[in-house]
Amino acid sequence: MWAAIRHWFDPAELRSVGEPPDYRFSLANERTFLAWLRTGLALVGGGLAAAQFLPPLPMSHLREVIAVALLLLGGTVAIRAVDHWARTERAIRLGQELPASRFPAILALAVGAGALLLVVAVLVRAIGGR
Amino acid sequence: MSTARDPGLQPERTRLAWRRTLLTVTVVAALAVRLASPGGPTGALIAGLTVLVWGALLVLCWPRGTGTGPARTGGRTLPLVALGTVGLALLGVLAVLRGLW
Repeated sequence: MWAAIRHWFDPAELRSVGEPPDYRFSLANERTFLAWLRTGLALVGGGLAAAQFLPPLPMSHLREVIAVALLLLGGTVAIRAVDHWARTERAIRLGQELPASRFPAILALAVGAGALLLVVAVLVRAIGGR
Repeated sequence: MSTARDPGLQPERTRLAWRRTLLTVTVVAALAVRLASPGGPTGALIAGLTVLVWGALLVLCWPRGTGTGPARTGGRTLPLVALGTVGLALLGVLAVLRGLW
């Protein structure tokens, strides 16, 4: 794990692998990284907004749990973005197949499940409030 | 490079992607400062650290979003920007937990 982290911060090591690719591929890889980073930032922003703009929810501290979950998910997305960028860059330079990843599917399921839970919370409050 | 035809305008698109990212960072940092600000030295510390991280990300992203001609790719900027995002997330967690005490 520490070796992988050291590799992220060592651009010379990455440039020593394989052949220099068409620069457009590197730019496209970088834009994909930035798009993932903005996805992570959006989750962080969502967590920060939930903490300060949501009204108190029926369960105690549910608001804080939602906020912290979104913040940690956003941080995870950012770390995974740089790892995927480095592995993709390496594969492009070596002419290998691009790395496959389950992460987008897992993230989509997690966001979907979270949304479903919130729908239930909203309905419980709407019915309980009558 | 000046003679190469580039139908995709790849360097420009990448610069614009860096600018969008910096704008998103700024909005997130503003939300974090707003959450941390009211009252107490702990809140002021979290808000100050958030401004510091935002400044670091500004210094990192700005050169990537400006200029003309071929864009630089890769390098240490990418992991550092991701690290800054993780820093903003952790400062946000601290700000949320502070509100519980």
